[in-house]
Amino acid sequence: MIGASSPRKEGRAKVLGTAIYTDDKFMPGALHGLTVRSEVPRGILRAIHFGEGIPWGEFTLVTAADIPGTNLVASVVDDQPFLIGIGEEITHSQQAVLLLAHADRHLAEKARRAVRLEIEELPAVLDIQSSLDLQPLIYGADNLLKEIRIAKGDPDPVWAQAAHVIEGEYRTGAQEQMYIEPNAMLSVVEPKNGVLQVTVWGSLQCPYYVHGALKQLFGLPEKQVRVVAMEMGGAFGGKEDYPSVNGGHAALLAWKSAKPVRLIYDREEDLACTTKRHPSRTRLRTAFAEDGTLLALEADFILDGGAYATLSPVVLSRGAVHAASVYRCPHVRIHARAVATNTPPPGAFRGFGAPQSLFAMERHMDICARKLGLDAVELRRKNFLRMGDTMATGQVIREDLDLAGLMDRALTAIGYRDKRAAFALTNPEDGPIKRGVGFSVFMHGCGFTGNGESHVASVAGVEGLADGTVAVLAASTEMGQGKNTVFAQIVAEALQLPVDLVDTAPVDTDRVPNSGPTVASRSTMMVGRILEDAAIGFKQALVQQDFLAEPYTPETFQAAVAKAVATLGSLRCYGQYHRPPGLQWNDVTYQGDAYPTYSWACYAAEVAVDLDTCEVKVADFVAVQEVGRVVNPTLAAGQIEGGVAQGIGWGLWEEVTMQRGRMINNQMTNYIIPTSVDLPRIQVIFLENAHAGGPGGAKGIGELPMDGPAPAVVNALENALGTLRLDEVPMTPDRLLERCEEVTHG
Amino acid sequence: MADRIDLTLTVNGADHRVSVPPFARLLDVLREDLRLTGTKEGCGEGECGACTVLLNGQVVNSCLVPAVQAQGAVVVTVEGLADGERLSSLQAAFLAHNGAQCGFCTPGMLLSATDLINRCPNPSDDQIRDGLAGNLCRCTGYAKILDAVHTAAADTGAPR
Repeated sequence: MIGASSPRKEGRAKVLGTAIYTDDKFMPGALHGLTVRSEVPRGILRAIHFGEGIPWGEFTLVTAADIPGTNLVASVVDDQPFLIGIGEEITHSQQAVLLLAHADRHLAEKARRAVRLEIEELPAVLDIQSSLDLQPLIYGADNLLKEIRIAKGDPDPVWAQAAHVIEGEYRTGAQEQMYIEPNAMLSVVEPKNGVLQVTVWGSLQCPYYVHGALKQLFGLPEKQVRVVAMEMGGAFGGKEDYPSVNGGHAALLAWKSAKPVRLIYDREEDLACTTKRHPSRTRLRTAFAEDGTLLALEADFILDGGAYATLSPVVLSRGAVHAASVYRCPHVRIHARAVATNTPPPGAFRGFGAPQSLFAMERHMDICARKLGLDAVELRRKNFLRMGDTMATGQVIREDLDLAGLMDRALTAIGYRDKRAAFALTNPEDGPIKRGVGFSVFMHGCGFTGNGESHVASVAGVEGLADGTVAVLAASTEMGQGKNTVFAQIVAEALQLPVDLVDTAPVDTDRVPNSGPTVASRSTMMVGRILEDAAIGFKQALVQQDFLAEPYTPETFQAAVAKAVATLGSLRCYGQYHRPPGLQWNDVTYQGDAYPTYSWACYAAEVAVDLDTCEVKVADFVAVQEVGRVVNPTLAAGQIEGGVAQGIGWGLWEEVTMQRGRMINNQMTNYIIPTSVDLPRIQVIFLENAHAGGPGGAKGIGELPMDGPAPAVVNALENALGTLRLDEVPMTPDRLLERCEEVTHG
Repeated sequence: MADRIDLTLTVNGADHRVSVPPFARLLDVLREDLRLTGTKEGCGEGECGACTVLLNGQVVNSCLVPAVQAQGAVVVTVEGLADGERLSSLQAAFLAHNGAQCGFCTPGMLLSATDLINRCPNPSDDQIRDGLAGNLCRCTGYAKILDAVHTAAADTGAPR
């Protein structure tokens, strides 16, 4: 039931080791697929040479010339080819050129190394500034993958009149999702009842994205394509858009070979070629009155979008909407651009653009407080959004929002005032360890930005089974977040049943409707709400057809379902998303309700810095959030703790090192994620404020915890070390040393 | 060099004889030859710990163990932890505390934690952190895993 910590539905299989992930699926006679990629960032592919000593006749080989349908990956903008053909332009260092498959995976690997690509190299764009300078032009007319402007009021007259104008520039680096299970796909393509049937099993978040991509790749109708989501070893956005690429590659090899094909990436390949968090650069300009009232805000927000648009337009959209953050401001101008570079396309990663713009704003607020001579707590308190206020897009806050209360709760929990006072005494003493405490206040929009939910128009349903239990029909996938359990709880609550009478149907496009992608903190709130409707409809149908009488017990309900299924053959009831009345959004002007609601939070961090090594330890962490009603407190706390861990990693350690447009630290040995010894216990506090639009009052939760940790930790670093140029994450020991030396050497 | 080598080993109490390529890893033998797919591959270089098993009572990354080194060995994998349908204390505690989220690190975590509790029946938070430092988890932030190990250690009581 909603509010109970029901145990994870698939948890038993996971602890027994019997849960079947993609690479665990037994497929007799399967070939092992591999991908040959460009190693230069830009050029024209002139030829593919097959080296000596390989029995090439035994191999299945696929090039662009083989593609039966359209050689473009279906996405927001269809601009990315599955494979580059001879004479075509290579636009990044991991571009797939050739697919090969063989029954012997060791021989397949040897063959991959024996392929030589003849490429005429062209000058490449490898960073944001070169792209803006059109040095050279590589995409469209202006190197822009997407440009968004959001305007409220007019900041221009304010700059001259305001008591203070403060500017800052902030940068964030790429980040790897580092799901522990690398990307994996299996495919079979065979004739069935006289027509070609393409089936892909994989580690993927969005079955219907892959379904759409396969339809376009093969030029097949809906019914001839089937996608099945296997148990998934983590995703975090990293299996949102990329599976359309490797799912297509696996299916091409299966089609050409007429055999099952496994396409399982090893870690090095996964890190080098799959999507990351977009690197960003944000320039902020803010005007304040003498008392600290925020008068105007201008943000120039830029994402490095890599070689193709992929999801960059929508990542940019979320980042742009979050750029003005949680503050009331009469005059706002946001200019957001995603620029093209010759690097592997970044994509979805938990937070989806919001962590980048929120890092900038929450660092900026601390810097402004210092420059204004005000307390960082009081500066925020003075400017927080409240009920009735208008955000940058013109969205009016309609909920009883108490950000000051959230902030005070977090600061009390971490002992902010006492620690600040204590560190002010101890930090000036000799000794290498300096301590600090800092915080961030932020929000995360629930569900898709703008009209996204209306475009997808998700469908989900419930089905009665022969044994009288109820199955949830949704394409939403389980990646560890707890979807199986939470959906069962929502349906069980609607039907007033114990949760063990409800379970999730396998996520197979032949069986479940398109409930939309498993992204954007939307599953619980958006799909859950549709399931609530479907469950009520299901019950009403049972009552109307005289299978069930109210009131009922779980036993009589189960008997009624069993009887109805025996009588009618099948018993399904679906619901569909309908835009709630009163929500308006204009995609052109970026005005209106960017999200149906937001989750709100204040995170506080205590750090200890060792000045001898510039290593930073996070000694304490408090996460206070308002996420509507919490459906499953244990699973929700797990989401917050895991998200905070990723956020701390992004803030301090996780650095993608690029050289000539290629990630060169593409191993777990030198891309560092937090281990069990690197993190404190995270105090997780939920303040519940039921949201009318979500099932049982729930809002979105998955991405929120990624937004706050980096600025909280870096704000704490400033408290520990004083005024340094702490304007970038990850603030690795090397980078922190540089910043310390800037002060020492001037 | 021979094309294949014959290997005899005991896995989860059962004796097996397999013929494998000379460069096979213990991980390959478990997953491909014995089809014990509970043991996972996350990195292939001994960093993530998803492939952790017990080899003659020692915790090892099975991706780093040449199969030849498992000749005559006794191996325990995640499939060997439960007693039939009955979960081990650790498995039950991982389930109760949500210590398994995506579940991909879980088999390795369970083996490392089993070894830890064998060596150190009543571990502190820091001892658990040290004991699991070779097993990466990207979902949990580790807190629920620490809770699970504490619960299992309390259930297990005195060293076995």
